[in-house]
Amino acid sequence: MARIFAYIVHKDGVADDTAAELVAAARKIDEAASPTAIVTGFGPDLDTTCNSVRGSYVEIWKVANEALAYPNAELVRKALAGILPQGCVLLLPHDHFGIDLSPGLSIKTNSAYVSDVVSIEGAEGTFLKLVRPEFGGQVSAHVRCDISSGAILNIRPGAFKAQETAPLNGVVVDKSAEIGALTAKRRFVETIAADGGGVDISKEPVLVSVGRGIQEKDNLSIVQELADAMGAVVSCSRPVVDAKWLEKSRQVGSSGKTVKPKVYIACGISGSFQHLAGIKGNPFLVAINKNPKAPIFQAADVGIVDDILEFLPELTARIRETC
Amino acid sequence: MEILVCARRVPDTSENEIELNSSGNDIERDDLVYSVNEPDNYAVEEALQIIAREGGHVTVVTVGNEDDEEVLRREMAMGANQGVLLSDEGLSGSDGKGIATILKAYVAKNRYDLILTGVQAEDGAAQVGGMLAAMLDYPYASLVNSIQVVDEKKLKVSREIAGGNKEVNEIDLPCVLSIQTGINEPRYVGMRGIRQVASVEIPALGPSELGVDAASVSEAAAKVKRVDYFVPAAGKGAEILQGKREEIIDKLIELMKAKGGLK
Repeated sequence: MARIFAYIVHKDGVADDTAAELVAAARKIDEAASPTAIVTGFGPDLDTTCNSVRGSYVEIWKVANEALAYPNAELVRKALAGILPQGCVLLLPHDHFGIDLSPGLSIKTNSAYVSDVVSIEGAEGTFLKLVRPEFGGQVSAHVRCDISSGAILNIRPGAFKAQETAPLNGVVVDKSAEIGALTAKRRFVETIAADGGGVDISKEPVLVSVGRGIQEKDNLSIVQELADAMGAVVSCSRPVVDAKWLEKSRQVGSSGKTVKPKVYIACGISGSFQHLAGIKGNPFLVAINKNPKAPIFQAADVGIVDDILEFLPELTARIRETC
Repeated sequence: MEILVCARRVPDTSENEIELNSSGNDIERDDLVYSVNEPDNYAVEEALQIIAREGGHVTVVTVGNEDDEEVLRREMAMGANQGVLLSDEGLSGSDGKGIATILKAYVAKNRYDLILTGVQAEDGAAQVGGMLAAMLDYPYASLVNSIQVVDEKKLKVSREIAGGNKEVNEIDLPCVLSIQTGINEPRYVGMRGIRQVASVEIPALGPSELGVDAASVSEAAAKVKRVDYFVPAAGKGAEILQGKREEIIDKLIELMKAKGGLK
């Protein structure tokens, strides 16, 4: 079986949760796998991160370079292409960094590439059987991936559960000298924090959240009226912000706000994993959607298959009458 | 600025429930409503806004067959100057790398300063732009949610990263960018606009005209193959409230009171 590596995403000296999840994914490829972690960066944060994953990995490749202080995907790609052995399998999280890095890296290393892997059903010779969702999660696909010349697999964060094992006390191997000079045609300038303006949905106990099912901007009033009747606040999913119907500060999801309400009413929201990733704290989740196959019904506690344009006004009227 | 936008025709998930066919190995493709992959409209709009400020042309390209011409015509109705169809004849079963290989061959025969794709298509792979850039040795940025032309040699682009934060980068031209939805408001295309471009000639180029070895982009060459589709086993799943709407509403109100959603 090919050697397996895992790229460790980290920030401020703290490894991402995916660091341990990628070990679990590697074991699905090969039960006996002992994947090697690769940590790129610079300075004390890099060493802190390397040390922090010694419990999960027996070997950690440290790649220190001032140019890698910020994870610019073009520079990281060059560093990885320089040190990865031919034919290996590299696991990364399918996040804004993995999406940026992996397709190009697969070309440079002549490896197969599969993104957003949610399950690994096993290996057969040089083939892996993988599962990835399509059509916004309405259906999934089995994918057969030929890893005979290596593979880059982007693993969905949260899809594999980190396993409790005895700490491994791994060894940090400094690979910094093996990468050449790093220059890029894309240069990191700065990060700009999300606009803090508007309502702070992250602290609200009850959210009435609206998605594409609202169809038109003018229909938003029925959602606001329900929220008003409940004493709740309106939040939304990405398509509503993309259409500029509500401000970005109301968006729940991995590219928006993380919320921790007690009750979350998802109205006309299909339930993409990016949206669900923004809902923490295990709230009582009610989904109202006219498509009975919408993935939101898998995540919800209670589901109602109905058209929100008809259902919500009646619900609002009843709450006003009785509460 | 010469801009190429890569677009694709996909089953429209806002118009269709995607279901399995009777043999249970593929999605039911009869009666599917197709439209332009939504992020691609944002890419075309962004290209049109750039040439309105900087001058230049927008070409829209797709890899497909004559059915996919409608995508090109729609984007031309938005204002793109030209549409080009890269025929996928004999290429069914090709993977993302196969698509990128065909696009690379087309780009290599032309000159573009900027190549845009939508962030992802219905398969959610988000791969062709990054692969194309690597094949061309152009720089690449994904999830782009703003573009500013600095001068004729570089752009300032921001990428959407976690938590709604933005990562600002300077990127040299020529480059490839994958465009995130919400970067702009794609203009409306009316029937009149579509009619105006209905008879425009759309050049179609096959692998031989592009100088692509058909074997290199065939199903046999694909390292990644979809075996089948399936409906993922339901987890615990929601308790679906049944009954008349009024009964459901009363039950829901009771539940929300119990969970602290109503005072």
